[in-house]
Amino acid sequence: MKLPGYAAAVFDEAGQIVLFTGRFFTETFSRRFEGKEFLRQCYIIGYKSLPLIGLTGFIMGLVLTIQVRPTLVAYGVEARIPAMVGLSFVREIGPVVSALIFAGKIGSSMGAELGSMRVTEQIDSMDVSGTNPFKFLVVTRVLAATIMLPVLSILSDAIGIYGSYLAYNIRGIMSIRLFYYEVFNYLHFSDLLPAFVKVYFFGFAVGIIGCFKGYYTTYGTAGVGKAANSAVVLSSVMVFILDLLAVQITDLLGIG
Amino acid sequence: MLKSLFEHKIADDVLKPVDGPVITVKDLYKSFGENHVLKGFNTELNRGQTLVVLGRSGSGKSVLIKCIIGLMKPDSGTINVLGHNILELSVPEMDKLRMRVGFLFQSNALYDSMTIRENLEFPMRRHLQHLETDEVNQQVVEALEDVGLAHTIDMMPSELSGGMQKRVALARTLILKPEIILYDEPTTGLDPITGAEISNLIVEIQEKYKTSSIVISHDMKCVEITADRINLLLRGTCYADGTYDELAASNDANIKLYFH
Repeated sequence: MKLPGYAAAVFDEAGQIVLFTGRFFTETFSRRFEGKEFLRQCYIIGYKSLPLIGLTGFIMGLVLTIQVRPTLVAYGVEARIPAMVGLSFVREIGPVVSALIFAGKIGSSMGAELGSMRVTEQIDSMDVSGTNPFKFLVVTRVLAATIMLPVLSILSDAIGIYGSYLAYNIRGIMSIRLFYYEVFNYLHFSDLLPAFVKVYFFGFAVGIIGCFKGYYTTYGTAGVGKAANSAVVLSSVMVFILDLLAVQITDLLGIG
Repeated sequence: MLKSLFEHKIADDVLKPVDGPVITVKDLYKSFGENHVLKGFNTELNRGQTLVVLGRSGSGKSVLIKCIIGLMKPDSGTINVLGHNILELSVPEMDKLRMRVGFLFQSNALYDSMTIRENLEFPMRRHLQHLETDEVNQQVVEALEDVGLAHTIDMMPSELSGGMQKRVALARTLILKPEIILYDEPTTGLDPITGAEISNLIVEIQEKYKTSSIVISHDMKCVEITADRINLLLRGTCYADGTYDELAASNDANIKLYFH
């Protein structure tokens, strides 16, 4: 049975991404690690993404609190705002929103940078000088994305909860100490663990897809734009798919 | 562990010098779908010689040298570089062999996120790890002095003109002191004066470092300056082989198109 063209292309690309991921693991555990480039990527991917992800988390905290307040006031449970915001942020909003912003900023940048290196023959140039471009360009970026996104997500949670505290105090009064006490009073280890684990997978997916799209860019400068765009689209969709899987797995295991 | 030791031993063999032609290409075929680019191409490059492969755009000149350096895999045929059939080499062996073969890209392919110094250091840091920082610096400066651009060492590639970028790319090609250099259209996109300067630089480098070279070009001024021997690539095969004067004196209509 022959698959229709679009379906065949989807399966073909999925297969190529699996092979690319396999090569990533092979190259990661082979000799010579590009440590200096890895640290440079951690700085670019992690530190330079912090203002954007922090700002988004802060605004999400403010908005969420302002939006839910009237409903909770109507039910007379206004004092549960810190618990609700804390749980929402740590379990879902922090990891997913950070990953989506990360996919937009880092996924597109990886797709565009590696794509332009491909079309201007810089990747071939590394190859002919006897240097492994996959190790230098892909392994370092994917590892940096995998390690940095969880750190950014935790910081986004903390900033978002602080934003919520400020929003709460626009119309009510609660000390920061009591606010955070209420947040942590309702947070359990079983809330933190799945969120912390899944965000590693989000970072890995964004890194692999961004690098895959850039590394195999074709058709010149138009291809670079297409690579950047499809890196964002595919990695954002992948974040939601992984989130859905994570929810199902934690549900099956009875965690959280 | 044993496998990697074994591979390392074979890879060391790749560094041994060879007698006879440094590059031999036999019955090379390469197609892209229905487009048959190379159809049984044969040539040889002797030590210390500069061979120019001449041909029209799209005739398969760049495909030929990309097959020689291993960036493209031919459909059939053999490519012998410094005594090794490159189609039978493992990845580590090919990497070691590539240290002895430099490649100058048509687009220069300088790493645009790195300074000129970092561009030149890049292959050295990976292949000559035993060198001290001072030695690396000295060799980088020497390579840039060879192309007359020592003052650009801390600049970014985007700050340089096309001709200067070509010279820096040539310096980077020279940094590992290759025995063979492959030039992919070295004067394309340059004005005639800068093009002639680059062609003269290719000759100077060949005389100074005793390299063997293949130059891909359709710029007749570059061909005249650099060629010891010319191969005319036509319809996927080596249509003519001779010196500049021999081909210039030919009455063949296909050859005359280039020389008159």
